[in-house]
Amino acid sequence: MNTTRTVRIRLNGKEREVRRGSTVRSLLDDLDLHPGMVVVELNREILERDGYEGVPVSQGDTIELVHFVGGG
Amino acid sequence: MADTQAMVEVTGAADLPLVIGELELRSRLIVGTGKYRTNQEMVDAIRASGAEMVTVAVRRVDLDRTKEEGILHHLDPSGFFLLANTAGCYTAEDAIRYARLARAAGFNEFVKLEVIGDESTLLPDVQATIEAARELASDGFKVMAYTNDDLVTALRLEDAGCVAVMPLASPIGSGLGVVNPYFIREIKRRLAVPVIVDAGVGTASHACVTMEQGVDAVLMNTALAAADDPVRMAHAMRHAVIAGRLAYLAGRMPAREIAVPSSPMRGMLD
Repeated sequence: MNTTRTVRIRLNGKEREVRRGSTVRSLLDDLDLHPGMVVVELNREILERDGYEGVPVSQGDTIELVHFVGGG
Repeated sequence: MADTQAMVEVTGAADLPLVIGELELRSRLIVGTGKYRTNQEMVDAIRASGAEMVTVAVRRVDLDRTKEEGILHHLDPSGFFLLANTAGCYTAEDAIRYARLARAAGFNEFVKLEVIGDESTLLPDVQATIEAARELASDGFKVMAYTNDDLVTALRLEDAGCVAVMPLASPIGSGLGVVNPYFIREIKRRLAVPVIVDAGVGTASHACVTMEQGVDAVLMNTALAAADDPVRMAHAMRHAVIAGRLAYLAGRMPAREIAVPSSPMRGMLD
């Protein structure tokens, strides 16, 4: 039986519950992040930007959302 | 060679553009975007520096804070060539991972490769840097490698396929200036790819002396960001880099440890 409404993932180093049935695209939307402003790494694989909608977020996934910050 | 290629105007004097890979730049000053007090100050200082290429770092989005912290919310990416770095990486594997994440941002295939080997001096792990450079170059990256002022490492990095080799003037953030001008000159003499001095410049005279060694460009961050007035220091650095470059191209007079009069000895009155 699988009735929970969320799945547990590791997002940017922290455990987090996200809606079951989420895609990478919907996760970014929920976080209010513009897809063009971040790069997504799912389980150590970098995702293509135009494919976010087709990538489901599953229980146990490790996701890194990165962007450019000031640096030398 | 100067008359066979297009010259660019640098405050009234002719110089060649800086070519890295196939990228052509007029400014020989490359600046970082870290450690400024405010984003506005960063943008103003970069504009004042005249730099066309600016470095950025790759980091996690902080999900607990405002989404406005990403640098592209402040710095217009259409106005500058973004050079992503692998700062903070201590292994070749990590540096390669960061470089790939940076490339996936979709701006360009250039990367400032930095693999640190020692926490207190931030000196590079040259073996890991060479290893990462080789892997990234074969994966289509245009690698600009931060390294120490060691000639043999610089040669190995060129062999590994780097489009530029970037020896330090002195440790990152130290502001000590060029501690070993002889080795910097030797690296420049022996490499075919551009040699860009990266790290250690603290003030305008350092930038000028660095360019007088004949290197192709200077990369700096803290010297601007940590100045009391970063915008004014950025103006100073812009002029210092041009001055040092032109002095190098002009060919300096020989140094002599004896006075030689500038006015004629003939024609003096009795």
